[in-house]
This record gives sequence, structure tokens and C-alpha cells, in this order.
Amino acid sequence: MAKEPILSAKDVQIQFSLRGRKLMAIRKCSLDLYEGETLAIVGESGSGKSVFTKSFVGMLDANGSIVGGSIMYDGKDIAKYKTEKEWMTIRGKKIAMVMQDPMTSLNPLKKIGKQIQESIELHQGLKGEAAKKEALNMLAKVGIPDPERRYNQYPHEFSGGMRQRVVIAIAVACRPQILICDEPTTALDVTIQAQILKLIHELQEELKMTVIYITHDLGVVANVADRVAVMYAGQIVEYGSVNEIFYDAWHPYTWALLSALPQLGIKGEELPTIEGTPPNLFHEIQGDAFAPRNKQALKIDFVEEPPFFAITETHKAKTWYLDPRAPKIEQPKSIRRLREQMRERR
Amino acid sequence: MAEREKLIEIKDLQISFGHGRKKFVAVDHVNFDIYKGETFSLVGESGSGKTTIGRAITRINPTSGGDIFFKGQKINGKISKELDREVIKKCQMIFQDPMASLNERAKVDYIVSEGLINHHLYKDEKEREDKVQKALREVGLLPEFASRFPHEFSGGQRQRIGIARALIMEPEFVVADEPISALDVSIRAQVLNLLNHLKKERGLTYLFIAHDLSVVRFISDRIAVISKGRIVELAEAEELFLHPLHPYTKALLSAVPIPDPEVEKKKKLLVYDPSVHDYSTDKPVWEELAPGHFVYGNQKELNAYRKELQ
Repeated sequence: MAKEPILSAKDVQIQFSLRGRKLMAIRKCSLDLYEGETLAIVGESGSGKSVFTKSFVGMLDANGSIVGGSIMYDGKDIAKYKTEKEWMTIRGKKIAMVMQDPMTSLNPLKKIGKQIQESIELHQGLKGEAAKKEALNMLAKVGIPDPERRYNQYPHEFSGGMRQRVVIAIAVACRPQILICDEPTTALDVTIQAQILKLIHELQEELKMTVIYITHDLGVVANVADRVAVMYAGQIVEYGSVNEIFYDAWHPYTWALLSALPQLGIKGEELPTIEGTPPNLFHEIQGDAFAPRNKQALKIDFVEEPPFFAITETHKAKTWYLDPRAPKIEQPKSIRRLREQMRERR
Repeated sequence: MAEREKLIEIKDLQISFGHGRKKFVAVDHVNFDIYKGETFSLVGESGSGKTTIGRAITRINPTSGGDIFFKGQKINGKISKELDREVIKKCQMIFQDPMASLNERAKVDYIVSEGLINHHLYKDEKEREDKVQKALREVGLLPEFASRFPHEFSGGQRQRIGIARALIMEPEFVVADEPISALDVSIRAQVLNLLNHLKKERGLTYLFIAHDLSVVRFISDRIAVISKGRIVELAEAEELFLHPLHPYTKALLSAVPIPDPEVEKKKKLLVYDPSVHDYSTDKPVWEELAPGHFVYGNQKELNAYRKELQ
């Protein structure tokens, strides 16, 4: 089944200049997004997952720019877009974004209803009463009780979960094709988190959206994703279907992320940790960026950057472990245990 | 269970804020004991009062009713100055957000030794420095870090500084208030390991406050679930996960994300509706249904729970 991707990023490079120094935040990152799927991008803070997806909507900070590669969307290379006018044809309309913290992404001085209406008026061309009706409709859609009354309230009158619902309402008000959720639930309680994830899923079904999740919580990933991409130091190091990543991961960084989860830990035993810190992206990185933190790193990891090796048609990992010449390395215990648990259930 | 030494006993604790008509009762009728050497977790959503209880034990929040005993001595309300100092020394707290809980304008050296300075717990400058260095080393930081400022550190390192600051007082009891929820995945494991390690090494007792049940299962011996200022269920960690009884506990458990796609996709989300409890005639009580497994409910509910347990 050869589906055409609706968005295709190729060898994207994003550079930031900080006090005269150049920082390569995204180092040749490629990603295909297929219609209707839910893709999760995982990685620790600073791995570039937010920066990468922000470049799809032209929301990079002023000191950052795409310096290489292409992002093909709707037959156009949006990496070449420069002006706000060009971006406005995409941002919000076709690709919308939900930010992490609902406290900071809403305007505290404006009524909730007006904030939703604003985006409807801007993108859908509805005016006045019609726009208000649509805004009320959106409020009801995201599960906010009593929309008529809520319409006239300010953000501070809403709880965290309710506020995030409003942010989602604003994002989906224009029926975007792609919805990017940047850590939509990190600021929320677990019970509320589960409700928000469910809401996003329902909206996705109803509006036929493609969703990109950015998160560092692998529990959330297991819940929502169809496909997973693992990012480290500005690169995608492994991607595959959610089952392939959880039950048969191959990149040492994916192993480390999974093993460090307290949910998979055994009481009384030490949790495996990832020592060290991510590499400094001001310098050029030689070899595998994760090698210095990997206790089982091969010699070649420090010399040459590994290419992607295919494990299955959909599952690829960027590690020398998969090279036929590499010594045999076993997946760590916790990964094998997950797989065994899955087999037992079947 | 053999008679274990109770380090903390909480009896009918009530904490309220404000006066008169504005009075708000944040915590009510809370009863539990914490045994020496265990990790006791308080779990609940934000606003349930879990942090308030922790702060009451460390004497940050005043209580409005009930008693808190530390090693058999009452430590809430008006107590003698000596006991106050003793409690402050022996009960330390680790805070949630390492970005907000360290004084930005003080060097690590001062931050870590502030407790020592306040309580004159050192003979001379050299002893103080030694103590700081030892505490830093113990939490996995380099002694040189003492001369730096908090902004020079990453989130995980800052949390370690927060832990060193608590440890230097040589506490017996530590209240860890969501110590890892502000940290990155990879750092969480390190801090959890460190807390576990220190517990073994120093025989510490923890009150671990969290909203994420998944983390709590790994670290705690016993778990209490708190909702709207009331503890609704208390049990040993595994028992609570295997046989949750109270609907609120079930809802919390169903919301915990599990890093296993097949389990996670089949999972059904339960939503807790407090109106299922009809306490108008049948008054609820706090009852032990199985050894060490307490639930809050009225007679009708308790009977249903008992059936479930069999």
C-alpha cells in the first residue's frame, strides 16, 4: 500500500544564531506524514522536537531559519516561505498547533468566545452572528458545558483542563488538515490528561485530521499514536509503528528511554538511567550523537554517522547495531519483557 | 504485620484557610500513620489537599484541628521552641519545581547550608564547608559546584541541590512534594534512584506526594488516595493496584498512561462522579476491609467492596 504522504520533510536543517554563534538545532531531519494517522514525536527536552514541527507552520523564533532541505506540503515547498502573508495561507488554516501551556497561549484580557471567534473570522470569512454561532458550536464540541455562559468568560475563570479545551477549540475551529499538539497535557493532571487525549482523538475521527503529537511521555504515546518517531540531538533516530517501537526497538536511545520509565521498573531494583547530557549542538557532531552516553557504543559510532537500516518496511533505525558486520547486541531486559508480555496476552 | 515503629501519626487532621464566611476547609478528617523506613505516598489530583498535608507536617501550614505526632510527640499547633527546632531539623521537604525553589541570588554553598546557619549546627567555617561538600557528593554533584549559582544548572541538577539542602540537616523524615513531575523523562529515573538509594543508606522515611500513580507504584510501600481533602483509600502499593475499591481510585488508575500500546488502546477510561455516593442517611466511615486496606464509604458501599475483594 503505497500511500502518498500529505506532508514530506526532507533533510531539513534548522539553524539558530545565538550571540554570533551558530547552533544547528535540526540536523538533516526527514519525515513523512500520511493522511489520517497519528504520529508521535518523542525525545527529551532540547532534542529539537518542537523546533522541527514549528518549522511546518513558520513559527520559528526570529533568530532561527531553515537553511537546508525541503518541506513539501500541498505541492509546494513551504520551507521556502518567507513572508507572513505566505504563511497565513497555511498556519491555522491547514496546519494548526496546540501549545503546551494553556496558561500562556490564551489572551488573559479577552473573552474566551472572542478568542475563538477571532480565528474563525480570520480564516473562514464568517462575520458577526454567524461567527459567534460557530464559536459556540466549537465550545460545545470540545465538551465545555453551558457554552452560552462560558462564551463571555475570561481565561482565568477556567480550570487548566478547560483552558486546554478552549485552545483546542481555537486550533480546530478552522478545520485544519494537520493538527500539531506540542505536549498538550504535560501541564495537566492525569485524569484531565486522559480526557484531553480522548477529546483530541474524537475530534480527529470526526474532522478527519492528521495529528502530530510531541511528547516525552511514552505512556501517552502508547495511548494515542499509530506511528512513532524518536528524536535525539536534532535528528530522528528511529521510527516505526507504535508496536514496533515498543516491542522491538533497536536504537540504543529508544531502549534507554523505555527502560528509564518507572512503570517498567521492578521494585527494589535500580532504574536504568541515561548518564550524561545531550551533545552541545554548537559543535559539529561526529559519528552517532548518542554514542558518548551509550555504554555499549561501538568504535565506529564515534567515527561515522550511521545510516538508516530497515528492520521492516515501516520500521527504520539509525544505528550501526543493525549493520550486518556489527557484533551481536541483545535488546535490554525491559524491552524483551514488554514483548513477552505482549506474546503472553495473545 | 508486626508492630512497627510509627514515625508520624496523623489523627483527624483538619486544615482550613481563611476565617468566618470565607473559611475553606482544605483537608478534613485525615487519619494515617507512617512507619519508620517506609515510603508513604499521597496521590490525588491538584487541589485535593495532598501538598497541604505535607506542609502541615513540616510546620509550614498551621492546622485547624486534629493532631500530628512525630515520634509520639505532638508537633502541630502551639509547641515549645525546642521541639519546634527539633521538628524543623528532623522533617525536611523537597519541593516540586527546582526552578522556583532555589534562591536565584544565592550561591549553592549558601543554599545548601542555610539550615545549618539558622540552627548553628557547625563549630567553625571548615566544618560547614565539609558538610556542604559531603552533601553535594552524596547527591551526585561535584563539590566545586558550591561556588556556582542555581541558573548554571540543569533541572535535574537543581533538584539534586534541593535534595542536598534537605539532607544536610540529617533528617529522619522527608516530605517529597512531586519531586520529579517537573523533570525530563531521562532525569526522572536518576532522581528516583537517588531517593531510593538515600532511603536505604540513611534509613529515611518519605512522604511522597504525586499525582501520577505510575511513578508511585515503583517507589512506594503504601499509597493513600486523596480526593477533595479526604483520604478515600489506603493500601499497600501492590494491593491498591490489584484491588482498587473506591471509584475515585479506579478512575485515577484508569487514567494512568501505560507504556504498552496494546494494553493502552484497549483501556477504558473511567470518570469519577462524586454524586454516586449517597451519604444523606447512611453515613460514611473509614473502615479496614482487608489487612492494611482501608476504604472510605457507607455501609452499603462497604458491603459491595467486600464482595469485590472476595
